[in-house]
Amino acid sequence: MAEARGGGFGRIGLRVAALAYLAALLIVPVGVIAYKTFAPGLGHVIESVTTPAAIHAFWLTIEVTAIAVPLNAALGVLTAVALVRGRLPGKRVIEAVIDLPFAISPVVIGLALLLVYGREGWFGDTLASAGVQILFSFPGIVLATVFVTLPFVVREVAPVLREVGDEQEQAAATLGASRLQAFRLITLPSIRWGLVYGVVLSVARAIGEFGAVSVVSGKVAGETETLTLLVEKRFNNFDLSGAYAASTLLALIALLTLGFMVLVNRRRELA
Amino acid sequence: MNLIRPAVLALALTVVLALAATGCGGSSDSSSDSGSSSGGSGSGGQISLVAFSTPEVVYDQLTPAFQKTAAGKGVKLKSSFGPSGEQSRAVEGGLKADVVNFSLAPDVDKLVDAGLVDKSWSSAPHQGFVSTSLVSFIVRKGNPKGIKGWDDLLKPGVKVVTPNPFTSGAAKWNLLGALQHGGLGFVSKLISDHVPVQPKSGRDALQTFTGGEGDVLISYEYEYTTAVKKGQKGLELVRPRDTLKIENPIAVSKAAKPVAKKFVDYALGPRGQQLFADWGYRPVDAATLAKNKSKFPDPSKVTTVKQLGGWSKLNDSLFDPDKGKIAKIEDDAGVSTAK
Amino acid sequence: MSALGASLPRPRRRSATGGAGGLTIGVTTLWLSLIVLLPMAALVDRSLQDGLGTFWHAASSRQAVSALRFTVLISLAVTAVNAVMGTVIAWVLARDSFRGKRLVNGLIDLPFALPTIVAGLVLLALYGNAIAYTKWAVLLALLFVTLPFVVRAVQPVLIELDTEMEQAAYSLGASKATTFRRIVLPNLVPAIVSGAALAFARAVGEFGSVTLISGNKPFDTQVSSVYAYKQLESDNVTGAAAVSVVLLVVSLLVLMGLRLFESRVGRRG
Repeated sequence: MAEARGGGFGRIGLRVAALAYLAALLIVPVGVIAYKTFAPGLGHVIESVTTPAAIHAFWLTIEVTAIAVPLNAALGVLTAVALVRGRLPGKRVIEAVIDLPFAISPVVIGLALLLVYGREGWFGDTLASAGVQILFSFPGIVLATVFVTLPFVVREVAPVLREVGDEQEQAAATLGASRLQAFRLITLPSIRWGLVYGVVLSVARAIGEFGAVSVVSGKVAGETETLTLLVEKRFNNFDLSGAYAASTLLALIALLTLGFMVLVNRRRELA
Repeated sequence: MNLIRPAVLALALTVVLALAATGCGGSSDSSSDSGSSSGGSGSGGQISLVAFSTPEVVYDQLTPAFQKTAAGKGVKLKSSFGPSGEQSRAVEGGLKADVVNFSLAPDVDKLVDAGLVDKSWSSAPHQGFVSTSLVSFIVRKGNPKGIKGWDDLLKPGVKVVTPNPFTSGAAKWNLLGALQHGGLGFVSKLISDHVPVQPKSGRDALQTFTGGEGDVLISYEYEYTTAVKKGQKGLELVRPRDTLKIENPIAVSKAAKPVAKKFVDYALGPRGQQLFADWGYRPVDAATLAKNKSKFPDPSKVTTVKQLGGWSKLNDSLFDPDKGKIAKIEDDAGVSTAK
Repeated sequence: MSALGASLPRPRRRSATGGAGGLTIGVTTLWLSLIVLLPMAALVDRSLQDGLGTFWHAASSRQAVSALRFTVLISLAVTAVNAVMGTVIAWVLARDSFRGKRLVNGLIDLPFALPTIVAGLVLLALYGNAIAYTKWAVLLALLFVTLPFVVRAVQPVLIELDTEMEQAAYSLGASKATTFRRIVLPNLVPAIVSGAALAFARAVGEFGSVTLISGNKPFDTQVSSVYAYKQLESDNVTGAAAVSVVLLVVSLLVLMGLRLFESRVGRRG
C-alpha cells in the first residue's frame, strides 16, 4: 500500500491527540470506577452482584434489551433504506424527527409516555378497561428503552448506505435478482459494520438508560428495577461499593457485546 | 417470493403480542436487596407500598416483622422507593399503590385530587402522619465553624448546602425552617450570599456535602442517624434551638384491601414505631417517643407547617414558580451569580 | 454510469418509491409515528391545554429563556468538539495500529453503558475541585456522554472506504493533509454530521450527569431539562410541557440545519 510522505509524524501526533483526549475523558474515569469497585475485594464484588435484587435486575435489563434492540435493529435498517434509497418527501424533517428521541430529556420522555399511556393519558381508559398495564410494568420499560435507542441503528447504517451507493443493487436487479436477494447478498453485507456498531451502541444505551426508565418503571423492587435503577438505589442507601459493582457489571455487558459482535462479524467475513 | 414483508409483519406482531402478554400480569419473584424477602405466599393477600426514598431502611425491617404477625401472615409485599414528588406522580399516573408513605402532605393530597386516596386520610390518628423529624444541621466533625443556630449560617464566609426546593418538594422543609426563624429577609440573605450550590435532592445534597462542598448542610434529623448507621464518618449533628417540625404522611388508597390498613396499623403500632425510631425518625406514637426520649431532645421552639399557614397557602405564596416569593429570591440570586 | 444507466431499459420492479419498497416505507412511517410522533403529539397537546397565552408565558419566562440559551450554546460547543475529536479518534481506531487498540476500541461505548449518575459522580470526584458547579463542569459531563456518537458514526464509513483514490493521490505526490482534506473528508462528512447531530440532540436532552455536576444555578449553569423538571415538581405540567416543546422545536431546527450543511459540503453519493 502506497504511503504518503511525511506520514510518521502526523500519525503519531494524531494518535497522541486521540489517546490523550480519551485518557482524560474516558479511560481515567473508567479506571476510577474499576478501582472503586474492586478496592473492597473481589469477594465483596461477587457478593454485591449476586444478591437476589441484583440478579433480578440483571435479568430484567437483559430481557428488556433483548426485545428493544433487535426491534430497533430491524426497523432501523428498514428506515435507513427508506431514507437513503427511497423517494420520500420531507427527508430532512424525517431525519430530524429520528434524532429527536435523544433531544428529549428523560424527564420529558417519561412525561410524554405518561400523557399517552398513563392513567389519565390518551389511552388510559382503554388500557385500564382491557386490564393491560403498560407503564409501571415491563412493557413500559421496553417502550422507554425503544424510544431512547431508536436513532442508533438508522444513524449508523444510513451514512454507510449513502457512501456505498446502490450501483451494485441496480446491477443485481438488471441481472434478475429479487429485491430480497439483493438486500440479503449485497446491501446487508455492505452495511455490516454500520449495523454492528449500531447494535453495540443500542445495547450499551439500552442497558445504561436511567432517566426515562426511572420515570416509567415504578421502581418496584424485585419486579421493575433495572440494573441502572439498582445503582441509584444503592447510592441512595449509602452502599457506594455496591453501586459501583453494579455499574461495572453494566460496563462488562457493554464490552462483551462489542466483543461478540466483532467476533460474529469476523466469522462472516471469513465465511 | 419477497419474504421481507411477512418477516417484518411477523416480527412486529410477535413483539406487540409479547408486550401485551407481559402487560396482562406476569410477575416475578419479589425480593429486596438487604435480603428481607417480600415474598409471602400471597395467601394472605398482597400489598403494594409506594414510599419516598429514605425510609427504605425502616421498611426493610418493618416488612418482615409485619409478616411474622398474625395479621401479616402470608402477605406478599411489593415496595417501591423514590423521590417523594416523583413517586406521587407515578401513583397518579397509574402505579399501583395500596399504601403510600410520602415526605410531605401535599404529595398525598395530590392523590386525593386524583380520586385515588380518600380525603379522610388526614383525620386518621396522628393526623395521618407516621413519623416526624426536625430540620437540622449536619456539620463536619468537630464543628469547625461553630454552627449552633440559624444565625450562624449567615456568618461571613460560611457556605451552606441545601437542596433546591423546586427540584425536590421535600427540600421545602429546609427553607421553611429558615423562614420560621427569620422570615423572608433571612431566607433571602441565606440563599443569595451563603448557598453556592443547591443539589437536586436531599440525598444528593448529603453526597455533595460529604464530598467536601460547604461548611454546613441543612438536612433532616433522621438523615444524620441513617447516614451514621450506614457507615458515614466525619459528620456531626446540630439541632438549632428553634426549628420546623417535619411530618411524613402515610395513607391507604381507596382501592386497597383491608390487609393494607393492618399494615399501616402495624407501622403506627409500638413495634413499627420503634423501628422508625431506630433509624432516627421521631415516632408519632407517644409511648414509643417517650421510650426513646434520649435520642430525641426537644428544641426550645418547634413550629409546624400548620402554624405557618398550611401547605396550600405556603405553596401558593412562596413556592409558586412564577409568583412565589422564594421563587423570586432564587431568580434574583441567580441573576446576581450569573456571569 | 448514470448516463449509461438512463439509456438502458429500466430493470423491472423499480417502483415509484425508488430503491425502497412501498412496504418498507409504510412500515417505517408507522414505526416512527407510533414510537416518536405519538408521545410528541401528546406533549404538544398538553402544552397547549391552557391556551396559547399560557404556553407563551411559560416558554418565555426569564429562567426558561436563559436555560434554553445555555443549553443550545453548550450543546453546540460540545458538538463542535465531538466533530473534530470524534473524527480523529475514529481515524486512529480505523487506520492506526498500536498495542491496546482493541481495548480502547471497546471502551468507547462505555459512556452509554454507565448510568449517568455514575458518570457524574466520577467526573465530580476526578475534576470536581477545578471545575465543579461551573460551565466547564457541564461541558465535561456532556463531552463524556456524547463521546461515542461521532466516533462510531465515522468508523464504519472509514472501514468501508475504498482507499483507491487515496493511493492515487499519494502516488501523484499529494501530502497526507491535502489527501485527507480533498478526498477522504468529503466522504466522511455525512457520517460526521450524522454523529454530530446525534451528539447535539443528546447533549440537549442530558439530565442525570449534568444535574449532579453543574449545581443547576439559574441563569448560570441551569439547563432546560432541569428547568422543565422544576416545573413538573411544582405541579406545573403545562409549563414543563411548554418548555420542552420549545426545546424540541429548537433542536429540530438545529438538526435540520446540520443536515443542510451536510448536503452542501459533503459529496452526495
